[in-house]
Amino acid sequence: MNLTYSAEEQAFRQEVHDFLATCLPDDIRERVRLGRRLSADDHVRWQNILSERGWLAANWPEDHGGPGWGPVQRHIFDEACAAAHAPTVVPFGVNMVAPVIMTFGSEAQQRYYLPRILANQDWWCQGYSEPGAGSDLASLKTRAVRDGDHYIVTGQKTWTTLGQHANMMFCLVRTDPDAKKQAGISFLLIDMASPGITVRPIITLDGAHEVNEVFLDEVRVPVANRIGEEGQGWTCAKFLLTHERTGIAGLGHAKQALSHLKSLATRVQHRGRPLLELASFRQRVVKAELELMALEVTNLRVIAAARDGSVPGAESSLLKVRGSELRQELSELTRRALGPAALPFFPDFLHGDAELDDPAQAESAAGAAQYFNRRKLSIYGGANEIQKSIVAKTILGM
Amino acid sequence: MDFSLSDEQRMLADTLDRLMADRVSPEQRRTMLEAPAGARSPLWQTFAELGLLHMPFTEEVGGLGGDGTDLMIIMQALGRGLVPEPYLAGLVLPGELLARLGDAEQRERWLTPLLEGEHQLALAWQENDARYDAHGISTTARRDGDGWRLDGHKQLVFNAASALAMLVTARLDDGRLGLFVVPADTTGLSRHDYRTIDDQLASDLTLDAIALTNDACLGLDAAQALDATQALGRAALCAEAVGAMEVACQQTLDYLKERRQFGTPLSAFQSLQHRMVDMHLHLEQARSMAILATTSLALADNERDYRIAAAKAYCGEAARFIAEQAIQLHGGMGMTEECYVSHYAKRLVMFDHYLGDVDHHLEYVSDHLLNVA
Ligand SMILES: Cc1cc2nc3c(=O)[nH]c(=O)nc-3n(C[C@H](O)[C@H](O)[C@H](O)COP(=O)(O)OP(=O)(O)OC[C@H]3O[C@@H](n4cnc5c(N)ncnc54)[C@H](O)[C@@H]3O)c2cc1C
Repeated sequence: MNLTYSAEEQAFRQEVHDFLATCLPDDIRERVRLGRRLSADDHVRWQNILSERGWLAANWPEDHGGPGWGPVQRHIFDEACAAAHAPTVVPFGVNMVAPVIMTFGSEAQQRYYLPRILANQDWWCQGYSEPGAGSDLASLKTRAVRDGDHYIVTGQKTWTTLGQHANMMFCLVRTDPDAKKQAGISFLLIDMASPGITVRPIITLDGAHEVNEVFLDEVRVPVANRIGEEGQGWTCAKFLLTHERTGIAGLGHAKQALSHLKSLATRVQHRGRPLLELASFRQRVVKAELELMALEVTNLRVIAAARDGSVPGAESSLLKVRGSELRQELSELTRRALGPAALPFFPDFLHGDAELDDPAQAESAAGAAQYFNRRKLSIYGGANEIQKSIVAKTILGM
Repeated sequence: MDFSLSDEQRMLADTLDRLMADRVSPEQRRTMLEAPAGARSPLWQTFAELGLLHMPFTEEVGGLGGDGTDLMIIMQALGRGLVPEPYLAGLVLPGELLARLGDAEQRERWLTPLLEGEHQLALAWQENDARYDAHGISTTARRDGDGWRLDGHKQLVFNAASALAMLVTARLDDGRLGLFVVPADTTGLSRHDYRTIDDQLASDLTLDAIALTNDACLGLDAAQALDATQALGRAALCAEAVGAMEVACQQTLDYLKERRQFGTPLSAFQSLQHRMVDMHLHLEQARSMAILATTSLALADNERDYRIAAAKAYCGEAARFIAEQAIQLHGGMGMTEECYVSHYAKRLVMFDHYLGDVDHHLEYVSDHLLNVA
């Protein structure tokens, strides 16, 4: 066993670091640093830069246009990106639907969609959850009725992240209402410009427009847009969810948040001394640091165990639970470190283009909003309670 | 020992409950938040008619002589209703300082109309560089001829935008803490207004060579009165938080019973039952601490501050736990503006950022422990 980076890995880290220093546009870096919302164009601009460098599809195998990295390189890359305040790659295309298409899609589907994802030509969103089907996803009701070469799809999806920018949605629909719950589900790719689709914003408690409701009213979807066989949708869905969860550990983000917290708590004064000198506060920072150290190794262990290219199974639930708890704790400590300065709320600055006169106010503006936004980490991608049930059943056999 | 309420207090609680139910629905609250600052609020008028504005002040200064328990009843109801009216910031805190420090003339001019609901005030003590420490401020007050000159910055002055005047703390040349009444239209005073993330109206103030006459000075040694007023504010906040915790717990419980997944109500899952019990435990413990705090207001300064610091720290953690679980157990719904519990959650989490957070008060309690040991 050896937990240090090899010379090669260190050289790679330097390479990523240099790339980020020269290629990440300053305006985007600054918006991410201050916790301000990015426009669709900001995301695409950055993803085009990554794509050009060959680094957009970090998880893809080389024959599909991925960089051919192993888990350690991916880990190094994620960490460096978060540390440099690079935007998170919008995952729905490159990290979610792409592996499904590679694994279950036809050759024609692969040839068509994968290059478009690499070139940022499509913006994908995830149409899984419904008002009545959250944790119990398999109870979804959106109906797809066969009509010649088409399905007619009617129903409602919700919590659709960044659906307002999307032109494509991968969607779980019920093709056989008589089959057992999971068996009647199929996986469809739907053009968001199809007649019958309405997207409505949901505003979250931090004032952001990040999620949406998507209404489908007799939307015609070509049968050719189905991935896998009819009734095989649940297999695709579960396969995708494990991919989704792995990223959710969010180690790079946690590291960045911890280092920000430490520098904040060193600058902020409490009775004329740095806040970090206050024992009760410091102790919580230290605990978060230990949790992070452990999680980094656990994360690498889990990924290494699945080195053959497959994704980790129920272990990814462990990473999701701990990773989300840790990031929430860090957002809590950051809000607390800001003290009274966490209170003022400037939605037009955070979610729009309005500027603030006072630079100190701009630095602290996102603290509380981000804390509230991070509550989602333990809810989406399968809530933490559900992850724990998976672990109890699958790993512990309870 | 006696934990029961008097008949009057029970009546007060009932009246307030009805008032909240009739007048502070989510839509009505939205309307209140959207009303321009300084506009006459119908609800405030009702507060005046019900005697709520007189309640927390002694009869000597024209009040009704309510005690800590009366204040607790009022604040708890305001917390339940998530009422945006500045009862604490615009009335209780500045009123308490005027009552403690003002002479007859100053009280006549500022306190009497305050109690009648004719104007509101604000208290400007916070400077972000001093974090939660009301004494470590850098705003200065200097003698200038017969009067005074004030310079400095104040942050998070709640209700400043609706106040006819602000009570401003300032450091004197001899190091003591002075308190001054600064009318809103004073030359050299500028204001930047905003809302906090939990919907309170606040302002940053700049005081640029403000000239005040001598009668604007409420006191040249205001430290003790300020401490007492902050203690009062903390106790009141604890009671308000308990009111908001009650609603957050109740709404979560209702949701668990109503929301179905996997063919059963969520309330059937044991892990969620236990979580709900944890929330309830936090609520009851916080309620006890709020009672402890509001019944300690008349104790000797040291004992009062010790108990109230303990309560504020305790309620800070309880409020956050309940807020976080309320969101979590509502799932995606809990994350939305539309779901009312998210507004309670925001108020409960941010409770910790008013008048000293958990760390601030834990430090006070631990220091006390060392001194006693
Ligand atoms: C910000 C955000 C973005 C999202 N983005 C997307 C997206 O892009 N696409 C998409 O399809 N979905 C998305 N989701 C939806 C997300 O996956 C669901 O919110 C999640 O699956 C939980 O479902 P729910 O909200 O219906 O909560 P519910 O299932 O109603 O759960 C409520 C609470 O009960 C608990 N619970 C439920 N069942 C059990 C049980 N059996 N045992 C113990 N506890 C239980 C849950 O853990 C939770 O705490 C997003 C959600 C959020 C908040």
